[in-house]
Amino acid sequence: MHFGPHLLLAALEGFVTSAVLALTALGLSLVFGVMRVVNVAHGEFFMLGAVLAWAISTAISGHPALGFLAALVLAPLIVGAIALVAERLVLRRLNYNPEATIVATIGMLYIIQQLALTFYGPEARPVEPPFSYRILLPWFGYSGYKLSIIAASAFLLLATWFVLTRTKIGLVMRATQYDSETAQAFGIPVDRVYAGVFALGAMLAAVAAVLIVPISQAHYLMGQDPLLLSFIVVIIGGLGSLRGTLVAAVLIGLSDGIISVFFSPTLAKIIATLLVAMVLVFRPQGLFGTASR
Amino acid sequence: MKDASPAKPYALHLGVIALLFALSFVLPDYHHGLLARIMVLAVFAMGYNMLFGYVGLLSLGHAMFFAAGLYGAGLAVIHLGWSVPTAFASGVVCGAVLSLVIGVLALRTSGVAFMIVTMMFAQVFYLVILYFASWTGGDQGMVVPQPARVLTFGATSLDLTNPIVRYMSALTLFSVVLLITLAVVRSRYGRVLVAIRENEERTKMLGYDTFSNKLAAVIMSGTICAASGAAYALLFGYVGSSFASVQYSILPLLWVLLGGGATTLGPLIGTLFMYYVVDITSGYTSAYLLIVGIALILLVLFFPKGILGTIRHRWLAWLP
Amino acid sequence: MMPLLTTKGLSRNFGGLRAVDNVDFALMPGEIRAVIGPNGAGKTTFVSLVSGRIQPSSGMVVFDGADITNLPAYARVRLGVAYTFQITSVFANLSVYDNVALPVQRTLTDGRSKGAVQAGVMAALERTGLADRTHMLAGQLSYGHQRLLEVAMGLALKPRLLILDEPTQGLADSEIDNFIELVREIAKSATVLLIEHNMPVVMQLADRITVFNAGRILAEGTPEQIRANTEVQDAYLGATHG
Repeated sequence: MHFGPHLLLAALEGFVTSAVLALTALGLSLVFGVMRVVNVAHGEFFMLGAVLAWAISTAISGHPALGFLAALVLAPLIVGAIALVAERLVLRRLNYNPEATIVATIGMLYIIQQLALTFYGPEARPVEPPFSYRILLPWFGYSGYKLSIIAASAFLLLATWFVLTRTKIGLVMRATQYDSETAQAFGIPVDRVYAGVFALGAMLAAVAAVLIVPISQAHYLMGQDPLLLSFIVVIIGGLGSLRGTLVAAVLIGLSDGIISVFFSPTLAKIIATLLVAMVLVFRPQGLFGTASR
Repeated sequence: MKDASPAKPYALHLGVIALLFALSFVLPDYHHGLLARIMVLAVFAMGYNMLFGYVGLLSLGHAMFFAAGLYGAGLAVIHLGWSVPTAFASGVVCGAVLSLVIGVLALRTSGVAFMIVTMMFAQVFYLVILYFASWTGGDQGMVVPQPARVLTFGATSLDLTNPIVRYMSALTLFSVVLLITLAVVRSRYGRVLVAIRENEERTKMLGYDTFSNKLAAVIMSGTICAASGAAYALLFGYVGSSFASVQYSILPLLWVLLGGGATTLGPLIGTLFMYYVVDITSGYTSAYLLIVGIALILLVLFFPKGILGTIRHRWLAWLP
Repeated sequence: MMPLLTTKGLSRNFGGLRAVDNVDFALMPGEIRAVIGPNGAGKTTFVSLVSGRIQPSSGMVVFDGADITNLPAYARVRLGVAYTFQITSVFANLSVYDNVALPVQRTLTDGRSKGAVQAGVMAALERTGLADRTHMLAGQLSYGHQRLLEVAMGLALKPRLLILDEPTQGLADSEIDNFIELVREIAKSATVLLIEHNMPVVMQLADRITVFNAGRILAEGTPEQIRANTEVQDAYLGATHG
């Protein structure tokens, strides 16, 4: 294959990664932005989404698209409900204290991971894609499903953006983010906004996982890499900045494939993690953010 | 708490040391070995407590300091054939140097950013160990050969693989670090550390260079954790990357939270308690991380002062 | 006589706002100087620039003949510039003793005073009338006593310049009288720079008064001169009562 088509293929793969990463990181970023909570269990919500997608799609017989569609709707709802319960039972009682909530979400990470191991098991299991149409390009065929991931993700991102900037719900959320005490004084139910945001954040991760699971596999440890990558994206993009998160997700998604061509995966991770730590030390507002708050 | 008579706290601490010494002669083999391990890990927790409890800096990356000591000592024996004392010193020095570098960088941040930065540096350290697997043994780890684990003083030699010697070595390290901790927190410097935890801005306006004080605390904390790691490698004869993983950064936090942050004996109590809880439950379930997760959440929710912190708050205000 | 403190062209911008605008200021040793002005006139920003809590956008600060513009706050404290906070910020979870021991041991380390921590702490507590509350937690003191503790901590730093930011705010009248006595006592050994809203306190205490308005010095003089100044009446009284 010539260089041009090769680059096109790499870019397509990169965009698929970016699309899923953007959704996952957006969830983390929303939760941090509005609630000032660093959710270390975010990757486990991603994993739950994938595991539930497997459970739902295997429970429903018939055309694979049926099971997949059911998973696409049900898995995020279940994950959102779990997140809501966790928020009510734990985070709210901690008054969203940033340090206590980190410790608590570490606890959630261990609990969810171990429960998944106990009930789902250590195997990696595939989920059948809803359709297997291949788009024939002049140089190679490409999975139509992968392209549909990009489309679905773009649609969901646009929808989230629309909700955040053009609706009353978004206004309420931004008011809470800007100054929760004043928002409370103006009659905004800050408490319920927080619950909703935490559930929404978890649902975004779960949707991303349902989309990716037909081309990867469901496994109880699969939450770790998305968590790390989401952290990287959110930090590079600027903590709590949504536009920065999107730009960084595309950048990281595209470069992820390219870096791992040149370096061993471990070395690539070392360099990426070190760079991100340095960004946080020397430029805490992120590479694209302007002010820290 | 400072000008009260120093006799009571010192008597209590010496009493704990004496009790641990006496236990060596009555405990059955299994618990004897377990307690030796717990004392070494309690040193790790005491180092963590120095920073988290007294200065209020919550690090999520202390596994790197423990691992620096572990590998600094273990690899010196395995690859360079160093003797036990020089290998131990090598581990401690590795930890001191690493904590200096990490401190200078990470202390530019605070709060949540500090937690994430320390976690990321520890992750880098962990990945570096995996990357240089031909030297470090990667995730398989390496065994420190038994003949090298002998301490020689002229004609007499002490075999660190002997249970009694191992127990007494662990107790010696534990006692030294415990008494150092007690002296530090009762000193003028300890008072400054607590002041930084309570209100850093105000402490600055009393003429204290809080950055330097925090850096000194990070180095002290990292060095103590490295001493624990070095002792672990030499006493138990194994180095492995799992000791550098995120989990080993979370464990000392859990032990200290459980025993009571900013108490000198809390780390020992927390480590002891958690180790036995895991040991007992592992008879019923392999999912010990589930216990760790539940314990973390219950502690931050209902018991943020920990065991000794609560006792001090309710009954014994003089506890250091 | 050389001034203890001077500022030259001192300015600080917050975004587009010039909170302190090109201020030239001089303070003589031994003086009690009050800084007054309407809310938002830049008083607190000005003393924060002097104490080093915030950095100036331009201009310089000279203390005892040395340029301290680039020194961090803690180093200025060691030179003898002490600042007591407008909002009481004693260490609520530490004992009264420990609160005062912190500044005392600092001056001992710097060699600015001699003796033991214990003696220094008790001296400062006795001067402020807190000696019988040594072992209470600072957070359990009444508000008035917390303000006194704040002053005791400032005193224990053996300052050459003590900056008091609205020290009588929230104090009862009886407490204010004691407080005036205390400041007079302090002024025997230190220069005092006082931000104060309570005009009777200002008129009783101050040797000279500096009036700030919109980040600049509007007027400066003895209490009588300031009282008679029509410009001050317009700006200050107009802003607070109109």
